[in-house]
Amino acid sequence: MRGRPRLTQAARQVLAQDRRVLGRLISAVENRDPKVIPTLRALYPRTGRARVIGIAGPLGVGKSSLLNGLLAHLRAAGRTVGVVAVDPSSPFTGGSVLGDRIRLEREPGDPGVFIRSMASRGHLGGIAAATLEVTRLLDAFGMDFVLVETVGSGQVDVEVREVASTAVVVLVPHLGDEVQTLKAGLFEIADVFCVNKSDLPGADLAAKDLRELISLARSTGGWTPRILTASARDGVGIAELWAAIEAHERFLDEAGTRAATERRRLSAEIVGLVTERVGHDLAESLRRDPRLSNLLDRVLSREVDPHSAVEQILRAGPRRPIRVP
Amino acid sequence: MAKTANAPPVRVLIAKPGLDGHDRGAKVVARALRDAGMEVIYAGLRQTPEEIVESAIEEDVDLIGLSILSGAHMALFPRVLALLKKRKASDIPVFAGGIIPDEDAKRLRKIGLKAVFGPGTSLEQIVTTARGIARHRA
Ligand SMILES: Nc1nc2c(ncn2[C@@H]2O[C@H](COP(=O)(O)OP(=O)(O)OP(=O)(O)O)[C@@H](O)[C@H]2O)c(=O)[nH]1
Ligand SMILES: [Mg+2]
Repeated sequence: MRGRPRLTQAARQVLAQDRRVLGRLISAVENRDPKVIPTLRALYPRTGRARVIGIAGPLGVGKSSLLNGLLAHLRAAGRTVGVVAVDPSSPFTGGSVLGDRIRLEREPGDPGVFIRSMASRGHLGGIAAATLEVTRLLDAFGMDFVLVETVGSGQVDVEVREVASTAVVVLVPHLGDEVQTLKAGLFEIADVFCVNKSDLPGADLAAKDLRELISLARSTGGWTPRILTASARDGVGIAELWAAIEAHERFLDEAGTRAATERRRLSAEIVGLVTERVGHDLAESLRRDPRLSNLLDRVLSREVDPHSAVEQILRAGPRRPIRVP
Repeated sequence: MAKTANAPPVRVLIAKPGLDGHDRGAKVVARALRDAGMEVIYAGLRQTPEEIVESAIEEDVDLIGLSILSGAHMALFPRVLALLKKRKASDIPVFAGGIIPDEDAKRLRKIGLKAVFGPGTSLEQIVTTARGIARHRA
């Protein structure tokens, strides 16, 4: 690419700390408004500085409460923080109650914090389709850290890996069946495990169980997940949690794996976007193709099966006529 | 990015300014708006006007709903409206519910509140009105 893309007015306003414009851009990204793309393009060269930390874990384990503790910890250290808190959308009405904000406290008028709630809008995987792009906007806005809280759907919160360089998985004492769930998903994504609600009995035991589980697992890329306990309610273990997150971030730099990991994430993003675009265009042109309707008649009458129909469509290519035998 | 066919959901902030500690009413309204397909940002209890306006800006809502039982509405609501103006966010409509005498409701509407609901209002009516006054995106 030649040079930097021209700054749009909105990009200029974001760089000038206009919170209203940032809020609106986030909505435009969520709504997949194509008008926002020139601004995203203009801001991209100014991103890459913020560290994105994911906070995942089952429903109600205290993700928001811990995030609140981390927020205070980071602000006390003079670091700026963006928060993206994702909650599920109803598959029936599309509506959502986004309640993570209740737990998040801040100094009145603090410009070093920007909190945004997001509905998953049907996206599975624990985050929303737009979450990555929103973390980038917060990055361009100048936030040192962006903390992403996932939906809290247990084992499927794994996509936090696609946006965060460090993933914290929060659990509570008396894991029980949760351990099984872990094996299936969250287990693989955690760089740090935090057993929250350590004010309740059983936290140390849960941490010990986890340690055993992890000793059986293969450590990925030379990092052994840290396991610690905390009580967000009592403000215990927050500094230690942050220290563990920082240790992992440092590990990424020292082991030289940060770039490789980011490259992998970008690859997934671009492949995903291309697939989506091509798929969308293809579906549109197919739906309008009268030959599809002809083919459908024959599938309907059991003369052709769906798989053969697919083969024929693919052989014909999207713009060429579909040849029906 | 492919443009989605249907309009994006209405985003609404529900907050309870003032010091009283009951948010059952606010929660019921939040759920009704959710069931009507809206994205409801629930900010919770004891929100200052400053916090409410900051949340509305960060969340880029199309509508703000305030619930109040404490009787402090004549102090708090005008403050919210004034702060919205100061932040150049007066295009975000505000409605209120709770125990608000008719006289006050009239005055609040005059200074810019879009709707005031008394305790007897049906959820259906609240949802319909909310949908009607919500900011429409360009
Ligand atoms: N005893 C105890 N309760 C806690 C602690 N941390 C959070 N809680 C409580 O656990 C409940 C859920 O806390 P949240 O922080 O909202 O949990 P969450 O994981 O963000 O919840 P979702 O976003 O709904 O999945 C609340 O009632 C908190 O008060 C803790 O350290 N100890
Ligand atoms: Mg939460």
